[in-house]
Amino acid sequence: MNELKSTMAGTVFTVDVTAGDEVAQGQAVIVLESMKMEIPVEAEKGGKVKEVRVDVGDFVNEGDVILTFE
Amino acid sequence: MTVKPTGDGRLEEKLEQIFAGGQPKYHEKLKEQNKMFVRDRLKLLFDGGEYTEDARFANAEAGDLPADGVVTATGRIGGRTVCVMANDSTVKAGSWGARTVEKIIRIQETAEQLRVPLLYLVDSAGARITDQLDMFPNRRGAGRIFHNQVRLSGVIPQICLLFGPSAAGGAYIPAFCDIVIMVDGNASMYLGSPRMAAEVIGEKVTLEEMGGARMHCTVSGCGDLLAADEKEAIEAAKRYLGYFPQNFGEKPSMAESVEPKEGRPLGEIVPQNQNAPFDMYEAIDTLIDEGTFFEIKKLFAPELITGLARIEGRTVGIIANQPKAKGGVLFVDSADKGAKFISLCDAFSIPLLFLADVPGFMIGTKVERAGIIRHGAKFLSAMSSATVPKISVVVRKAYGAGLYAMAGPAFEPDACIALPSAQIAVMGPEAAVNAVYSNRIQAIEDPKERIEFIKEKRREYQEQIDIYKLASEMIIDDIVAPDQLRGELARRFEIYSTKEKTAPLRKHPVNPV
Repeated sequence: MNELKSTMAGTVFTVDVTAGDEVAQGQAVIVLESMKMEIPVEAEKGGKVKEVRVDVGDFVNEGDVILTFE
Repeated sequence: MTVKPTGDGRLEEKLEQIFAGGQPKYHEKLKEQNKMFVRDRLKLLFDGGEYTEDARFANAEAGDLPADGVVTATGRIGGRTVCVMANDSTVKAGSWGARTVEKIIRIQETAEQLRVPLLYLVDSAGARITDQLDMFPNRRGAGRIFHNQVRLSGVIPQICLLFGPSAAGGAYIPAFCDIVIMVDGNASMYLGSPRMAAEVIGEKVTLEEMGGARMHCTVSGCGDLLAADEKEAIEAAKRYLGYFPQNFGEKPSMAESVEPKEGRPLGEIVPQNQNAPFDMYEAIDTLIDEGTFFEIKKLFAPELITGLARIEGRTVGIIANQPKAKGGVLFVDSADKGAKFISLCDAFSIPLLFLADVPGFMIGTKVERAGIIRHGAKFLSAMSSATVPKISVVVRKAYGAGLYAMAGPAFEPDACIALPSAQIAVMGPEAAVNAVYSNRIQAIEDPKERIEFIKEKRREYQEQIDIYKLASEMIIDDIVAPDQLRGELARRFEIYSTKEKTAPLRKHPVNPV
């Protein structure tokens, strides 16, 4: 499981990491705006970010891949 | 267990065989799997390791089927009487023969008559196909076990500790229990094994993917608590029992009051910004006696927290939105989780505390297709039907049907209390202004003017839904300062403890499922 998936449907509000960043388990990597709430999506495990697949303003559905790890 | 000699030694010899369980190679296998022998589990479970066993000699004459693969016993846990059935996986992999089934049925009947909790220690491969005519289709066959479980549901607590497999039909034992504690790595539940899935539908998966403990505790929701090992599972079951009465006719016992965990005050934990996440666990800690939180389904649908706790020594069931997970929005799974937990507490006279910070039920095609309306209806129905004392606390926002699900004023909570940070509305200001003034907003060409218009309308909306206005209209019963909330809840739960409320006269409601 080298992917981080969106936990719910919403619009990408902020992207807080870029490719090459080291993230820790539990770190919020993006924030979604959904149901008028800011919803942080946290990394389920630590690792180095390989690719960020979303931009601010993108709609993502639950289960869509947000980023991949190396 | 040592056997004292009497008479000709025949009894001692037979008992030793029975207590030894299956062949040594199967005991070796247990060790490899980090599993305990059934009688060691029971020693750990019962006070002083003592218990009274029924039908020890079941199938003893068969030679290789000691106790017919199941121990049924009555003993004490924390001073209270409980009944237990426990599979012995060293005997034909804990499979069920005719006498196994009869023993399980009898211990269920005993628990019913004694009105005491029944624990199912499951570690079984399922039915012995060779014995099927004697144990599968008949009146006192395996089906009767499940029938009895349903009859006993809500009469006595039924607890499942899953130490190994619970396969095929046997998987319904955990399904009908109030709580399922699963041991990580060893416990599993499935209707069809991976081998059967490969043969019948062509799917290739591992046992863990198909029905492992972690999967059930995080994805399917069939498991309630994931234990690291058997000892932890047994300790969890003992702790869980401490919150419950012996049966529905009694009330949960009180404990010594303990001060809450030290930490930030509630007023500091809840942010003023309605949209910013915070950790509801930290808020719960300020209200309950330290070290008393027993969470149920922690890993499943984390946007709704459900757990047992004590407030000044009194058992309460807590249902709380978790803004840190999915913004606290209610989903299909969280609705089911809430419904089951409310039903559990109501059955055993455990009062309910709702802590609301909820933007509503999720919207969108994905959840509509998954039937969020009927799942939400289950949650509302369970909450609405519960006759135990119910206190609803609006911690921050309670929007839309979220207010209803969290025991809003219309659902006859004994009290609906707000913190000063509370906001109750059909929807939040942003969504409401967009909904009402969408055309007018679009018509304003100057962007600055448009923003000003939206700001003004949001301000007007905020005034309409001001919490003091709602208190003035007696929609909510009180506004309480965050640092006063624990004391307020303790007093109110004590007052409501004599509440008598009966359900309307009928056979039963037609439950939404």
